[in-house]
Amino acid sequence: MNELPILSILLVLPVIGILLLTFISNNSESDVNLKQTALWVSFLNFIISLVVLFNFNKVDPNFQFVEKYYWLGDTISYHLGVDGISILFVVLTTFLVPICILASYNNIKFSMKEYLIAFLALETFMIGVFISMDLILFYLFFEGGLIPMFLIIGIWGGERRIYSTFKFFLYTLAGSVFMLLAVIFMYWEVGTSSIPVLLQHEFSYDAQIILWLAFFASFVVKIPMWPFHTWLPDAHVEAPTAGSVILAGVLLKLAGYGFIRFSITMFPDASHYFAPMIYALSIIAIIFTSLIALVQEDMKKLIAYSSVAHMGFVTLGIFTFTIQGIEGAIIQMISHGIVSAALFLCVGVVYDRIHTREIERYGGLVNRMPLYSFSFMIFILASLGLPGTSGFVGEFLVLLSIFSVNTYFAVFATTGVVLAATYSLWLYRKIIFGQLIKDDLKDILDLSSREIIIFVPLILLTLLIGIYPIPVLEIIEPSSQLTLEIINGKMN
Amino acid sequence: MGVFTIILPEIFLFLSSTLLLMVGLFYKRVNIINLLTFSILILTAVLVIYQPSSFGFNNSFVNDEFSKTIKVLILIGSASTLLMFSPSRRKINIDIYEFPILISFASLGMMVMVSSNDLLAMFIGLELQSLSLYVLASLNRNSLQSSESGIKYFILGALSSGLLLFGISYIYGFTGNTNFSLISATYDKDSLGLLIGIVFVCSGLAFKVSAVPFHMWTPDVYQGAPTPVTGFFALAPKIAAVAIFLRFLYSSFGETAAEWQQIIIFLSIASMIFAAFAAIAQSNIKRLMAYSSIGHVGYILIGMACFNFEGIQSLIIYLILYLVMNISVFSFILMMKRKDEYCENINDLSGLYKHNPFYAILIALSMFSLAGIPPLAGFFGKFYIFMSAIKSDFYLLAVVGIVASVVSSFYYLRIVKIIYFDEPSEKFDEFNSNSLNLLFFISSGIVILFFIYPSPILNIGNYAAKTFF
Repeated sequence: MNELPILSILLVLPVIGILLLTFISNNSESDVNLKQTALWVSFLNFIISLVVLFNFNKVDPNFQFVEKYYWLGDTISYHLGVDGISILFVVLTTFLVPICILASYNNIKFSMKEYLIAFLALETFMIGVFISMDLILFYLFFEGGLIPMFLIIGIWGGERRIYSTFKFFLYTLAGSVFMLLAVIFMYWEVGTSSIPVLLQHEFSYDAQIILWLAFFASFVVKIPMWPFHTWLPDAHVEAPTAGSVILAGVLLKLAGYGFIRFSITMFPDASHYFAPMIYALSIIAIIFTSLIALVQEDMKKLIAYSSVAHMGFVTLGIFTFTIQGIEGAIIQMISHGIVSAALFLCVGVVYDRIHTREIERYGGLVNRMPLYSFSFMIFILASLGLPGTSGFVGEFLVLLSIFSVNTYFAVFATTGVVLAATYSLWLYRKIIFGQLIKDDLKDILDLSSREIIIFVPLILLTLLIGIYPIPVLEIIEPSSQLTLEIINGKMN
Repeated sequence: MGVFTIILPEIFLFLSSTLLLMVGLFYKRVNIINLLTFSILILTAVLVIYQPSSFGFNNSFVNDEFSKTIKVLILIGSASTLLMFSPSRRKINIDIYEFPILISFASLGMMVMVSSNDLLAMFIGLELQSLSLYVLASLNRNSLQSSESGIKYFILGALSSGLLLFGISYIYGFTGNTNFSLISATYDKDSLGLLIGIVFVCSGLAFKVSAVPFHMWTPDVYQGAPTPVTGFFALAPKIAAVAIFLRFLYSSFGETAAEWQQIIIFLSIASMIFAAFAAIAQSNIKRLMAYSSIGHVGYILIGMACFNFEGIQSLIIYLILYLVMNISVFSFILMMKRKDEYCENINDLSGLYKHNPFYAILIALSMFSLAGIPPLAGFFGKFYIFMSAIKSDFYLLAVVGIVASVVSSFYYLRIVKIIYFDEPSEKFDEFNSNSLNLLFFISSGIVILFFIYPSPILNIGNYAAKTFF
């Protein structure tokens, strides 16, 4: 097939960008150079990921663009590949990183160079997670991303940044170390850490239970599910805008991806055994965090809690073991990656101008910022799952699948949609509508051209996936089918 | 003559060090002596590498892949110490030509120790290195702390040697042999006296590797000793002590593994947990590194407890990476100077990132590496250790180890926090020492880039592990 090691290029290009950045001197005059370099490198990476997407064979459910090199011995190799489940996440990542860099043009006041380096490093780690076909390599990227994120929140964050970043780091680390032990256990059990081999392997029931719990410990913190979500609002509130965008847009999806790729496929018996617990936790998450979101005074916190609720739909969908459920979960993740990222960007726009995220401090922005109000509206509607936006497709498929499993769960989950509408519209009304009475808002400026460039692709994607989701579903479908076949094959 | 080729590197090191000692008496150029000792150590390392595997002196001295690997590591550690010594000697008041020579005698002791296959040879080597280390610790005669650390080390070291000898006498009494291979051939499985002997020897050696509960000396000695000496303590003697500990248990008591494995597992768990919590409250960076080294010994002991090929392999990999990470940290500690005064408080690091961003990221990554965060070298050390633990079904040990590593990541992160998040304090003096920069850049380069091409170090681990299994 394709001779070019294109996935390695995706992985290495940001590193080359880092090297380029280290050669640019670090003073205020070269700030523009730094930003331009990072932006173009990440944009180039986006183009390359599109090349991968267009050359991707949609009918083939197996891993494509496979690369395999000797790494740690014969059985642990540098093994890359994408399939229908992972490729969209790769594109999502490469799509969001240039947007993040563009969004950081003016609000990072110091150490631009280090900031961009951290972001590009983070990009490598995130792409690596999705394209690894070796568990050890996966773990390396999965946890390595903590280092740049720790620095991004800790250096460029808000007032309580140190508390938040430590909480983020230690919480995530504590969860994922158990996964490391599980990975090692699987290695000795099967004799390799290659994901395609492990996917076919049938573990004994007892082993599955333990391994599933170990993986769960990692993913439950990362996704995050109630009651392990408390790090997320803190991290979101204190992170710089772009940090929140990447956190909500990509980092939360690592765990959802992990659930699909590892938990349900490798340990199907254990997954069925624990499915009721997942349903319960997800539904609690959906209702409970939606209620919490209703009483928030900080915009970022509200969106952070809504993320937890939306991720509840993702876990619900995954653990129904139906094609609608899995597809819905993936679409929901992609959609949430775009929409929540955009919402954080919307918060960032007004924060850059007024320097507060308190909802009470705003009101009547529609009078001064029509373009902003329009974009914000699209994303708010997508977030609450209005038909015609990307949010609807995912939520609808997930609800459909959960109906086929249990009607009561479906009823509870649906209340989440109503609650989402409540808090989202409440937020929108408070900020956008009403009289423009606060003095400092009277001369607030509408979106600049840079911000328009950021929002246009996000709006287009949101509507496109919402109105015509077939191309996306076509990519996801074969691999999801294969996953279900593997699961059913092991269950019998 | 034939038999002497077996200990050729040791003889070479001994003769040339003695010669240098005499030369130094008349020609007091510390720099030159230091340089000469450095080249002698490197030459010895080369000799070690090209030596064929063999044994001699009634099988009380062995040269196998394992001992050769460890010896090279020790010599690298000692040579790095000399590089750390040269720029700092004037300031810390240890500007005497005996320093490099004491280091080379200590290395000689360690080499003998590592190769010994006999309780007496082991004791001779151990004492030679210990005596050199006692002197090194108290080398700064004008400093109260340095003298205190020397005395403390000496008294507790003498106590541990006593324990060791007591154990040796029991083992000799109940087997009639001092040679490891003969002990293994003749011992009586149910002998209680022999068990007491093992316990006492283990206690003595645990003191040398500073495993909890025999760690009490470590923080004080690390903090009090002149910084290059502290670096030396962290680098070489620990590696040697681990190696002889391993050989003693594996060669003489391989068949009663279950008995001593309990001891090692206890030492390991205690060290990991104790160090993880005790280091949190430290503010002196040398003291912090002392606790950190106690914690790392805990992980190394996991490898030792496994008693299989993977165990030794992971132990060797961990030792190599531990050596590299410590060189990186200690060479940086020696560069922390303000107005020509050494800073040891970790709060002095604040603002490093504003003034020297490049150094800041390297030292921060070294800290992440010590904490075992991928993709840095320290992660692979821990990874292989846990591989061997799970392979040997030591699940509890692995879980405790991994939880302790999360706790311990907190204090490493605290250093990163001080470097990056705290209000900047004054700028450090220029980092203009060539030798320290060289050490720092090479070692942190290995720490960061290890994951790209790990095979050489993994192969060394394979090579050394072949000796026993």
